[in-house]
Amino acid sequence: MSGMENVKTKMPALNLKRRAPAELTPEQEEILRQKRLDKIHRKMKRKDGKKKLNRSTAGNAVLFILMGICGVFMVLPLVMIINNAVKPLDELYQFPPRIFVRNPTLTNFSDLYVLLNESWVPFSRYVLNTIIITVGGMTGHVIIASMAAYPLAKNHFPGKKLLFSVVVLSMMFSWTVTQIPQYLIISWLGINNTYGALVLPAWSFGMGLYLMKQFMEQLPDSLMESARLQGANEWQIFWRIVMPNVKPAWLTLAIFQFQQMWGNTGSMFLRSEELKPLQYALQQITSGGVSRAGAGAAVTFIIAAVPIIFFLICQSSIMETMTTSGMKD
Amino acid sequence: MSVAARSTRTAPAKNTLWHEIRKNRASYLLMAPYFTLFFLFTVLPVLMSVYLSFNYFNMLEMPRWVGWTNYIKLLLEDDIFIISLRNTLLFAVITGPISYLLCLLFAWIINEFKPKVRAFLTLIFYAPSICGNAYMIWNLILTGDRYGYLNGLLLRIGILNEPILWMQTEKFVLPVLIVVQLWLSLGTGFLSFIAGLQTVDKGLYEAAAIDGVKNRWQELWFVTLPAMKPQLMFGAVMQITQSFAVADISIALAGNPSVNYSGATIVTHLLDYGSTRLDMGYASAIATILFLLMVGTNKLVQRLLRRVGE
Repeated sequence: MSGMENVKTKMPALNLKRRAPAELTPEQEEILRQKRLDKIHRKMKRKDGKKKLNRSTAGNAVLFILMGICGVFMVLPLVMIINNAVKPLDELYQFPPRIFVRNPTLTNFSDLYVLLNESWVPFSRYVLNTIIITVGGMTGHVIIASMAAYPLAKNHFPGKKLLFSVVVLSMMFSWTVTQIPQYLIISWLGINNTYGALVLPAWSFGMGLYLMKQFMEQLPDSLMESARLQGANEWQIFWRIVMPNVKPAWLTLAIFQFQQMWGNTGSMFLRSEELKPLQYALQQITSGGVSRAGAGAAVTFIIAAVPIIFFLICQSSIMETMTTSGMKD
Repeated sequence: MSVAARSTRTAPAKNTLWHEIRKNRASYLLMAPYFTLFFLFTVLPVLMSVYLSFNYFNMLEMPRWVGWTNYIKLLLEDDIFIISLRNTLLFAVITGPISYLLCLLFAWIINEFKPKVRAFLTLIFYAPSICGNAYMIWNLILTGDRYGYLNGLLLRIGILNEPILWMQTEKFVLPVLIVVQLWLSLGTGFLSFIAGLQTVDKGLYEAAAIDGVKNRWQELWFVTLPAMKPQLMFGAVMQITQSFAVADISIALAGNPSVNYSGATIVTHLLDYGSTRLDMGYASAIATILFLLMVGTNKLVQRLLRRVGE
């Protein structure tokens, strides 16, 4: 941490703001930006493997040791979930408890398979319900929250500040007490016991709008101006210019929303068995006590595995966008 | 959504409100779907809850107006509320800033790795948040008999002679909850920081190096943090909502009510009234107080964050 002292020493005023916006046509600006990007990319390639700044080795060591120690604790639930899923029943109840499996077996999964075939409605129905609820709740939210976030971040109109602060404040009101009024509203709308009762409220979560707005705020105004001059309308600007440039943001939001919807058992609104999601069906299996502990471990594994796969897909796309995201002004 | 609708520059400067609204009708159209649902499913329920906080409402009879009674009872007569308020504040003051800094620190370190490694590391640190009720694993770890992982380990090493009932011992409850919350802390804020770091213009680092930024700490303070200020604001709000609204882990690990209310938080107290005693008016009053508490903290934190990079 030796570098900390240096920060205190007086810094020359950083001239990070780029040149003052000159009277350039969008085309010229585009060319300039491209040139600058090329230059940066060339520099980065040339220096590949060697850091741009002198980063102290001691600093590296401290940070990575810290990472290592914390990482072990963080990954613990994953390790336990995977190991428990392949443990035979006697190992699940062993003393002293072991984290790692000794005689891995797939009986838990075959037990689960047998149980699934005994379900009341065909198991594929639960899967279909989950897909509708999760994908519907996620895509819809990402799209309409982003649609609302773009004008809030970039345009000026009456009521802008008010609308935004209402969204931020809404996140601070305890969800537990609003549940009951929300239930009443859903009943009044007549969408109780339909997919809509889960999906429509999910579209209106405050967090997504806030997240998208914060990222869109960072986009340079010139980006939209040049599109406007070329005759693009607001929708086209939003869809073709803004959204591709905030890809890390909506991929992150998709992860949050997927998790949220995937974990939803829908038990509050869905009464018909043929509308209930996978999560509900799986929970019913695990509530069978000791004799179901094996199948329960397999269930825990499956419940965790799906969002993790989705997470990895999104995260690696977020990382890929990095090379193209250097366009800030 | 005609082109003329947003010609912000060329439009004659008529400052009437109606003109402004007409000029920006494309903006309002884009916001319409979200805000319709938002007012219906979020704002309306919140307003109804605030109204209910002035009522006696047991969810069977119609709400009965009682004025400030709930608030007076809550603030002056409810000892357990005071305990839960104290616990929540202690909890938030410790876990809030630490969690926030951890999110930032880990996001920043992970950002130094190559993309493939980065996705993997992100998963490792996000694992507690993605595995559903991952904190239930602490139930196994903290089981009070010899089968608990922690007791098993300590017995084997010889530190303990007999197992400890961790979550039934008053002095252990809050510290354990704080540890578990810190363990869970790399969540929403963490991922948004990761994404935020991806959008920092790499050219800024080049420019900063030329301008005399010497080491990674200076780079972080003068370049990275100012460039991702919007994400820092977002992370702070998420952190506040999480730290003040903690309840799930307390209920899962310590139960509700916990031993001598040692793990009681504002939200567990709220749940006690809302779902056990069916006194929704009182629960709504608790929610309103909690809301005010969070709004105040948020104002304070946002003011602090404005000074980042100065």
